[in-house]
Amino acid sequence: MKRRDFIRSTAPAGIIFPGLINGFTFKAFAESPLVSALTQAPTETDHVLVIVQLNGGNDGLNMVIPFDQYDNLANARANIIIPKNKILKLNGTSFTGLHPSMTGLQTLFNQEKLQIIQSVGYPQPNFSHFRATDIWLSASDSNQTINSGWAGRYLNEEYSNYPIGFPNTVMPDPLAIQIGSFVSPAMQGPAVNMGMAISDPVNFYNLINGIQGSAPNTRGGKELTYIRQIAQQTQQYASVIKAAAGKVTKQFSGYPTGNSLADQLKIVARLIAGGLKTRIYMVSLGGFDTHAQQVDSTAKEKGSHANLLQRVSEGIKAFMDDLDFLNANKRVIGMTFSEFGRRIKSNGSVGTDHGAAAPLFVFGHYAQNDVIGKSPTIPLITNTGDNIPMQYDFRSIYASILQQWFCVPERTLENVMLKNFQNINVIKKSAPCMSTSPDIININAGKNLISNYPNPFQTSTTISYESFGGHTLIQIFNTEGKLIKTLVDSEINAGTHKVTFENEGYLPGVYYARLQNNAIQQIRTMLLVR
Amino acid sequence: MNRRSFLSAGHNSKTPLPVQPRTDSGLKPYFPPFAKPELLHLLNRTLFGIKQADLRALNGKTLPDCLDLLLKTEPLPTPPVNNYNDSTLTDANVPAGQTWVNAPFDGNANGRRYTSFKSWWTGLMLNQGTSLHEKMILFWHNHFATETVDIGDARYVYKHHMLLRKYALGNFKEFVKEITIDPAMLRYLNGYLNNKNAPDENYARELQELFTLGKGPKSNYTEGDVKAAARVLTGYTVNATTISSVFDPSRHDISNKQFSAFYNNTVIIGKTGASGASETDELINLIFLQNETALHICRRLYSFFVYYEIDDFTETNVIVPMANLFRTGNYEIKPVLKLLFGSEHFFDPVNRGGLIKSPVDLCIGLAREFGVIFPDATDYVNQYFMHDYIRTQAANMQQNIGDPPSVSGWSAYYQEPQFHKLWINADTLPRRNQFTDLMIGNGYTRNGKKINIDILAFVNSLSDPANPNTLISDSLDIIYSITITQQVRDFLKSILLSGQASDSYWTDAWNNYKGNSGNTMNRNIVLSRLQSMFKYLMNLPEYQLS
Repeated sequence: MKRRDFIRSTAPAGIIFPGLINGFTFKAFAESPLVSALTQAPTETDHVLVIVQLNGGNDGLNMVIPFDQYDNLANARANIIIPKNKILKLNGTSFTGLHPSMTGLQTLFNQEKLQIIQSVGYPQPNFSHFRATDIWLSASDSNQTINSGWAGRYLNEEYSNYPIGFPNTVMPDPLAIQIGSFVSPAMQGPAVNMGMAISDPVNFYNLINGIQGSAPNTRGGKELTYIRQIAQQTQQYASVIKAAAGKVTKQFSGYPTGNSLADQLKIVARLIAGGLKTRIYMVSLGGFDTHAQQVDSTAKEKGSHANLLQRVSEGIKAFMDDLDFLNANKRVIGMTFSEFGRRIKSNGSVGTDHGAAAPLFVFGHYAQNDVIGKSPTIPLITNTGDNIPMQYDFRSIYASILQQWFCVPERTLENVMLKNFQNINVIKKSAPCMSTSPDIININAGKNLISNYPNPFQTSTTISYESFGGHTLIQIFNTEGKLIKTLVDSEINAGTHKVTFENEGYLPGVYYARLQNNAIQQIRTMLLVR
Repeated sequence: MNRRSFLSAGHNSKTPLPVQPRTDSGLKPYFPPFAKPELLHLLNRTLFGIKQADLRALNGKTLPDCLDLLLKTEPLPTPPVNNYNDSTLTDANVPAGQTWVNAPFDGNANGRRYTSFKSWWTGLMLNQGTSLHEKMILFWHNHFATETVDIGDARYVYKHHMLLRKYALGNFKEFVKEITIDPAMLRYLNGYLNNKNAPDENYARELQELFTLGKGPKSNYTEGDVKAAARVLTGYTVNATTISSVFDPSRHDISNKQFSAFYNNTVIIGKTGASGASETDELINLIFLQNETALHICRRLYSFFVYYEIDDFTETNVIVPMANLFRTGNYEIKPVLKLLFGSEHFFDPVNRGGLIKSPVDLCIGLAREFGVIFPDATDYVNQYFMHDYIRTQAANMQQNIGDPPSVSGWSAYYQEPQFHKLWINADTLPRRNQFTDLMIGNGYTRNGKKINIDILAFVNSLSDPANPNTLISDSLDIIYSITITQQVRDFLKSILLSGQASDSYWTDAWNNYKGNSGNTMNRNIVLSRLQSMFKYLMNLPEYQLS
């Protein structure tokens, strides 16, 4: 009897299986072959994550626009600000609106299929595209080099022997698929890359239809055609991809044309609905490096950035509609990200320069439907280097998706994420695998958990904060988003606590104190004066 | 029905088969421009991979000057050494680091001597100069194919190899005479057993069928000719002490040997005593009087260096004039190669990039074009092991130097209709990809020594590594033999740029690295992108072409 058959026939319901593993005391049973067999088996899930990478550094402040900060924002970026009356409103919030070209995502939000997470970043933001991309894909600290990707580490935990013995009956399909690029470093495992690439949609259609790419009419071209045929035969996943794609003969008809992101997502929908067990898909759209002419000067709601956001919005909306059409919507969660946001203040060339934290979207039938985090605080007067302070570490979002969507247990999570990150609610409670902890965020909505006195301050200020117990973090950021001090980083008792922030020769200006306590965080704006 | 639709009719693929590419160019001297693409094509075919040093040595030279340089013979190498003593075996007659080629036979050490020989040879290929010599040695090894295990003694193998080395660019007729009485060949094809009482036809057959006349349509020698040649060749034995051939008149068939009409009914008069050996010269003279000998060798050279298909036009306008020169030049090899490599036909665009790299081409070529650094001769143990690793990789891809599958050589060089397509199949193509993946990635480590592609060093030696477009085109020049589309170039650049639109991001990253190459993060940013791009490049089918 095969190991999986044994598990299937002895576990009366799928839900018991992960519980059973969690129920073991691992130290005590560490030598047991049964336990090691169980722990090597991948988690039973048909869940899929689709990662949408926006290359170039997306201007989050013109995408998710804070109504409550609008006047200061208009002041900071007069030449590119979206006219207030054009901003799309969202049900249930008066603070946050969307770029006018994102009607698709507005609809999704109002249909309770979209979450907006404010000000996602990391301490000590890096402003280099390359380095910032590496940080996002590897989930490293800003000053740390890690040669594996977060998705690759996750897949390595699930399928630890890959590629030895793969494909197999339990996992006949690619673990991860990158569309529209080479295999992303995000899918790099500790030893081998866990993903396969379908480098472009043409390549995909050639693959599933058995068509060869063009070759020059030379002897070289003739030999090339031959080698390509063999290469297709030896692509170990070619047949399963063809089979999955072949099962889906009709897709949602409303995909936009001339939208490469939509083209890629359409392939993803087809593969998911065709039954691939592939867990992670990555797609990408470039062009977000909008240093110049990001809006039309005569109609600021239009222009190059508007076109990009429209592609994102229409692509994701069509993808979601297609998943409904294909009856695969409950299996899929998606998230967007870009390597950084852009500066608060616009530049003189009707654009924006490299920035730090930015909002991102989580979408799907089971995406939490809310705006989490507050609108980023825009100062009355902004300097060229000012960035919005981070509210959520991007790795918290990865960790939360892994935990809430892929049911990854706590201790595995630390192997994947390399440390313990805040768990935030990104997946609806009704989804399988959801944690049952009380929704303390909602309970404490509107309550100020962190304050400081005096404010403004000269030599020092006392920060008062409320913790619900457990791990608590107080960080101080400057306006460029740099972490300048960590005041608290420990397990503490529930209650109100105080800590002093000393001026150790900092420049006068705005500083942000960030409280993080399990799923909660808040930002307090403090002003240091001479 | 037009030609294209005719060709595709009944074929399942939705892409029509390409019209058979062919050329009407002949052996007229290639007329300039002899520019970079032509130089690259010439070097791709004559060397194992192109080193940047090769390019520098030849860049700007005329085609005749380049050919003169490429046709220079390499200096004689120092012989292979004992790299193999270990806890389980010591070669009693050969101190570590000393050569075994003149030592007594040792049945226990012999297998290790084979491996030592192969490592040594691999090293000679890896370290070849800007010369055709090493590639011709491989050509002749495939032509006069022998297998180590059948020869049975590594010292013979070495001696045989040195014969290939001596004549690789020399006189083919002299070469055949020497090969005929080469001790290794006498063992391999049983010539040492061929005697007047029990003639062994093995060598006599292969001499005509494979080594000289071939099996072309006009090569009409008969079974009787095989038997007659075998009798001519009776009497040779091997002195196992001196590793040399000995003619023993008492074993020689002294009767007359009658040849067929193909040989103009020639009779080789039987001779007694030591002059019996002169019959061998007469036999070889007879064979070399036949037009087919030069034609056969020229066809083999053509399919090894240009393309496997020889249509009527090519036969008439390329092979025949080559063979004429071969004959009138008394079978000197260099002039024929010079004629071919200097011709319009060789440089015809239709012929570029049309060879599938043999495993040796791929493995040695990769190490050379990227300048992979091996342990030096003072660390000969690790050096030989690393060379052996490269040799084993090629062997796993079905080309084990020293041990071709049979006396016919590797089937990819002769088997119709597939020829070198035989190198690529569902087993060997993934092996090729795994090898290139490993070398661009972590590399191969043994005894704390590592060989891999130092892609930063490689890129740094290009003309302008800070410019992603130049970086890509310079790299493609060296590692690709076939032109790729702008679409693929753009894709390669998108890997370097991580999907960013502006080239300046690569330039900045490269300059940051160069400005402070000790900074791990700066280094890693450019390294990871270069590794991704070159891994992708070497995974594309285009990389398999030469």
